[in-house]
Amino acid sequence: MIFITVILKEMGNMNNIAGRRPDSHISHPFRVMVNKEISDYIRSWRFLILLILIFLTCLGSVSVALANIEETLKVNEAGDSFIFLRLFTASDGTLPSFFVFISFLGPLLGIIMGFDAINLEENKGTLSRIMSQPVHRDYIINAKFVAAITVLSVMLFALGFLVMGSGLIAIGIPPTAEEFLRIIFFILLSILYVSFWLNLSIFLSVKFRQPATSALAGIAIWLFFTVFYSIIVSLIAKAAEPSQAATTQQMLSYQEFVMNLFRILPSQLFTDATTTLLVPTVRSLGPLTIDKIYGTIPGALPLGQSLLLVWPQITGLIAATILCFVLSYVSFMRREIRSR
Amino acid sequence: MDSNVIELVDLTKKYGSFTAVDHLNLTINKGEVFGLLGPNGAGKSTTILMMLGLTEPTYGSVRVCGIDSTSNPVGVKEKVGYLPEDVGFYDDYTGLENLMYTARLNRIPEKEAKEKVLLLLERVGLSGEASKKAGKYSRGMRQRLGLADVLVKTPEVIILDEPTLGIDPKGVNEFLELISRLSKEEKSTVLLSSHHLHQVQKVCDRVGLFVSGKLIARGDINTLSRELFASEPIIIEAGFNSYYAGAADLKPADKLIEHLKKINGVITIENKDNFLRIGCSDDITRDISRAILESGAELNYFSRKEYGLDDIYNRYFEGNGKHE
Repeated sequence: MIFITVILKEMGNMNNIAGRRPDSHISHPFRVMVNKEISDYIRSWRFLILLILIFLTCLGSVSVALANIEETLKVNEAGDSFIFLRLFTASDGTLPSFFVFISFLGPLLGIIMGFDAINLEENKGTLSRIMSQPVHRDYIINAKFVAAITVLSVMLFALGFLVMGSGLIAIGIPPTAEEFLRIIFFILLSILYVSFWLNLSIFLSVKFRQPATSALAGIAIWLFFTVFYSIIVSLIAKAAEPSQAATTQQMLSYQEFVMNLFRILPSQLFTDATTTLLVPTVRSLGPLTIDKIYGTIPGALPLGQSLLLVWPQITGLIAATILCFVLSYVSFMRREIRSR
Repeated sequence: MDSNVIELVDLTKKYGSFTAVDHLNLTINKGEVFGLLGPNGAGKSTTILMMLGLTEPTYGSVRVCGIDSTSNPVGVKEKVGYLPEDVGFYDDYTGLENLMYTARLNRIPEKEAKEKVLLLLERVGLSGEASKKAGKYSRGMRQRLGLADVLVKTPEVIILDEPTLGIDPKGVNEFLELISRLSKEEKSTVLLSSHHLHQVQKVCDRVGLFVSGKLIARGDINTLSRELFASEPIIIEAGFNSYYAGAADLKPADKLIEHLKKINGVITIENKDNFLRIGCSDDITRDISRAILESGAELNYFSRKEYGLDDIYNRYFEGNGKHE
């Protein structure tokens, strides 16, 4: 973890040094803003707290996974060819696996990084001062987003690689190229997922004047999605349940309907996508009939096929992210910027 | 270049059914210090925000240095330094770092910026506090840092929104001196909004009176008072003790007022506890003083009054701006 902070700090320093070079080089204002935001994030307490939190969970899940992997290896020495991916998915039930942790903590990361992006500047009176400098108005939103996503990406990549490295040392089996790529895609997907929540919380920070309100609203949305939404969906599902005498077709469309209700959730999209990427044997995300399975040879999907399978999920996530960004953009661009 | 640095044409801003700025027409010339004077909520800040493109006018146009503020705010912001009312800085950055950030946003080369920032800090009297965190600055220091912040980009136009709000009287004086010195040295145009007349009177070449979204009068202070008090341009104030021995049926003051009313040129007389406020059309100081003395009253105060902004202000705002 110290390593990560050092890297990030170095990045900040390097940018500063680059900026300090006299005359020869004048940074673009947007870069100046991004640099400032990044160094603000890294110096802030909240980032340190997040880092510790994430690091601990990652440590826990990896140690659980490693304990489990030995058993998996003993039981199944011949068949399983994706041992390395097990590092990210294995769990003995006491602690969730790494990717479940990320899907759980990702929203928190995003919300914490963005909930006071705009309204804090507004309350401190710095927004109107910065906006009276010759910069475009969207620079401030974009800079906040780019800075936060940069910091988060570095963090997630570092964590992913840490898990890989420790796994490599512990089990001594190097990942295949495909496994490596799958992990990279998984990390990219996590960044996308976190950026959705980041954009949502930036939007909330544009909407609400008080940082506390926007943080609460963000957490409320997160809770609603993780806890209450599934309760509501199961209620709807119960009400819409077809009778015992329903045809297969009816049953299927009912299943589809319930699945689609769940797929409104960004977290569901993320879980679907990561499971498919990290567990190559997953070959469908919808209901499977005997007809579909009949005649298939059990085995793993190649990476391309897995990606194809989750493409709708990824598109959905990207769309949700862009939607949030556009919302915050629109509500910020035409807003009147008063001093305090 | 055009001598009209700021040009507002039919500028209107509505918030729902409320009109904050109502068909405002105003031009400000190069190099002058213009005071926007008006009570709180008169629409001064809104006008300033529209000049900087920080809010869109409902109707009308704003041109600053010949650039349209609504369609090209960045162009305007390159030339205009704006000190918002109650300016804020990044608390965990030092004063120097805050200004350096502004300099970088204005694409000033790093070395030049550093020299300039240090010079400006010295000029506003903050060189001792340059490496102190801005969060620890007092209100007055923050305001001075704000002025330095405005000057970092060497603006052609400086817009100050209620710059003296919340500073103690000594600080205000220093601040105003700083502004007038800067406007003279840098030859930049200054627009200053305030609801404090004395401050405006001290530094401004011209003032505009702003009431509920309308500019009801403009000009230098002399012109304004002439315009406003056209009917009674001169006020004479007189206080007296009375040892009046004459007719017992009339109170001494009443008798005197009767007397004074007969003098040519006296328009109005107000009496308040033997203190007279006499509005005259001409300078008839001599006649009045003689009349009072001849009446037997003992004069203890006598003054010919020039109108200040105070009077102009009161004149307008006593009637909730319903003058004219």
